[in-house]
Amino acid sequence: MPSDAVEVEEAGFLQKFMWFWNKAGVFVVLVAVWVILAVLSRGMALGGANVINVIRQVSIIGVIAVGMTGVILLGLIDLSVGSIVAFTGIIIAAIQVWWMKGQNEYLTLLICIVVAIAAGAAVGFFNGFVSTKGRIHPFIVTLGSLTIFRGATMFVGGGRPITGMSQAFRYIGAGELFKDYLPWGLFIPVPMVVFLVIVAIAAFVLRKTAFGRSIYAIGGNQEAAYLSGIMVDRVKIATFTILGGLCGVSSLILTSRLNSGEVVAGQGYELDVIASVIIGGTSMNGGEGGVIGTLAGALLIGVIQNGLNLLMVQPYWQLVVKGAIIILAVLMDRLQRSFQTL
Amino acid sequence: MDENDAILKFEDTSKRFPGVLALSNVSFAVEKGTVHALVGENGAGKSTLIKILTGVHKQSSGRVLYQGRDLHFGDPHQALLAGITAIYQELNLAPTLSVAENIFLGHLPKTGADTVDWAAMRAKSRDLLSFLDGEVDPNALVRSLGVAKKQVVEIAKALSMDARIIIMDEPTAAIPKKEIDTLFRIIRMLREKGVTIIYISHHIDEVFEIADRVTVLRDGRVVETRNTGEIDEPELIKLMVGRELTKQYPYHPGAPGAEVLRVENLSRRGVLHGISFSLRAGEVVGVSGMVGSGRTELLRAIYGIDPISSGAVYVNGAARRFKAPRDAIEAGIALLPEERKTSGLVLLMSVMDNIGLPSLQKMSTRGVMRDRELARTSERMRSLMNIRTPSLRQRVMNLSGGNQQKVVLGKWFARDPKIYLFDEPTRGIDVGAKVEIYNLMNRLKEQGAAILMVSSELPEILGMSDRVLVMREGRIAGEVPRERLTQEAVLKLAIGGEKI
Repeated sequence: MPSDAVEVEEAGFLQKFMWFWNKAGVFVVLVAVWVILAVLSRGMALGGANVINVIRQVSIIGVIAVGMTGVILLGLIDLSVGSIVAFTGIIIAAIQVWWMKGQNEYLTLLICIVVAIAAGAAVGFFNGFVSTKGRIHPFIVTLGSLTIFRGATMFVGGGRPITGMSQAFRYIGAGELFKDYLPWGLFIPVPMVVFLVIVAIAAFVLRKTAFGRSIYAIGGNQEAAYLSGIMVDRVKIATFTILGGLCGVSSLILTSRLNSGEVVAGQGYELDVIASVIIGGTSMNGGEGGVIGTLAGALLIGVIQNGLNLLMVQPYWQLVVKGAIIILAVLMDRLQRSFQTL
Repeated sequence: MDENDAILKFEDTSKRFPGVLALSNVSFAVEKGTVHALVGENGAGKSTLIKILTGVHKQSSGRVLYQGRDLHFGDPHQALLAGITAIYQELNLAPTLSVAENIFLGHLPKTGADTVDWAAMRAKSRDLLSFLDGEVDPNALVRSLGVAKKQVVEIAKALSMDARIIIMDEPTAAIPKKEIDTLFRIIRMLREKGVTIIYISHHIDEVFEIADRVTVLRDGRVVETRNTGEIDEPELIKLMVGRELTKQYPYHPGAPGAEVLRVENLSRRGVLHGISFSLRAGEVVGVSGMVGSGRTELLRAIYGIDPISSGAVYVNGAARRFKAPRDAIEAGIALLPEERKTSGLVLLMSVMDNIGLPSLQKMSTRGVMRDRELARTSERMRSLMNIRTPSLRQRVMNLSGGNQQKVVLGKWFARDPKIYLFDEPTRGIDVGAKVEIYNLMNRLKEQGAAILMVSSELPEILGMSDRVLVMREGRIAGEVPRERLTQEAVLKLAIGGEKI
């Protein structure tokens, strides 16, 4: 035996800190930002109604961000999420208001859920199929889809919003769970439950299933994954399809909240969604990150946006702040990585 | 040695990384105008040393003296300006720019109007190139050059910066024998001009051919620094490995069994032409031939990566057509690819996750991984392959080359395939790890696996094969059985002598 005489030292404080920061940094920032905003807004940010409002808002973006985490883990991107939300939204609005008017509310609700997820998944499949089989970078393909499905939304709705959802359907966005059991009129909003369940399923899939490991492997080294027998194209198409389906879920919540299928729904969502994933620590190069980070990233964006609203910061300044945070998050990530290889 | 002759001097230099002491009190001197070889197993600390010299890292303690003064580089650019250049295995050139532009990249000659002085740049490039190798055209795109000529461009680039020390990291790994002679001629010329060369190589014979002095590193420490004239090969290897290597090629005859793989008339347009051979259980068949003779392409075609235009592959007597590696894997074939970092491993993933990669289906129930089984299998592979890692959760990128290759072997071994396709199984790994890999090959052989081994290293082919297929221009030029296996017999077929 050769001597393995390399001296191993105890990890220093800095190393321990960086390790901790890597795992839980976003959560620390999240709590810190929340405390600061709570103080600045003289407690308004902590109000039950406000918190519930933030969570509802975050759920809409967060559900999509979960799917986007998979795509970014592959080292890919999808810019068309906002248009998928609008497209599926206008279809389910049309079903309720035009095509199935007067039918049983619950049957209509069921059909809406199925159609929203299926239509979203179909667009996702299209994105995945064209980009893998056509060997076109998904940046280009989904940029095309972004335009195509915004157009298709206008076409279906005739350029106008379709308003007046059924009572049963409105429960998706407005439903209040455990209202009788919680104090101070608090309740668990249905969108939050949907979001958390999806996060939990995604965390399980990414960590524990062969499909999840394949996503990390492809994102880490596509060639090695392919040579190890992973069907790279299939995994990519499936991941895009799932993201599309989750856009459908998000659209169910949004359409229900708005009580309307809007032509401009979901515009600019790609920014918030991608930002949530990146702030949550998933690497744009793929192969590293996860969905728990994305949960924190989405919450952070939601809390900051809400705080700026409460502090009555002008909307254009809000955009400036949001953009700066995205750059800052990536910068932090870079710094941390350079510490690791010091 | 006279103090003044040392262009570079390490004095008790140490480098600490989180959890690892990469260099421990390293002391040695490099004389001006010599070729100084740096040898040692992977992970011995060579790369760390180079990174300190080139300003990528800073030593944690001790001194480094360059031309008698303390070396303090804030970044790699300062090292370049001070005259220290490294030429890495992965060459750092811009493929779409011309040779001249690459030579002067970062310090383009300017005219009075602050635009690029193309005429001066071409003229200076021509001067540098004619000194080194007259065949390289300064106007050619770097993309169009072979690896050896690219190296010449890198050397010219170093000279254009007035380099006093040129560090060459495994310069001969990817170039053919003839070009190695040219490279050595250039190195000797540089030495005469007073340039100091630090030469890193796994090839001991090269060290004796080109170097004046050699420093042996092991586990982050300097074992010895000697003149190459005062030491012989076995002694040097012993110093590197820390033990005596009794046999460099531990060949076992074995007993070939039934035929497991048969390739009939396999062709791929423009690449492979009418290839036929068979492979039996428990034998190692070497595949030799010049670079570009179609060796790697043959493995790719069998493994289902590249489509074949005609011919057939039989596994255990049944005709099979593989559309993707997955099909080949399911038929019991494994491929150890040529480039382990780009094709063999997911460097970001842990040792355990890499071992599980080919077995995701096999080790899951309805898609859910059986984590405990994976952990058990990985642990078994670690002890079987002697993978040296602090933990199975360690990222593969932190392992040394030899240990990485053992992980690649382990990930296949865990699936227990019957046919192994090895492409350059020991490229870039040190002598000690090589022998370990050969021993594993013997073990596979005993267990009845068949191995098809492509290698550019003739001694390895001669040392480990039961018989050898020699390829030339996409065809099998001939087969040499072990009894008649000599370097001449293989080379004759490879470069086009008469058939045996």
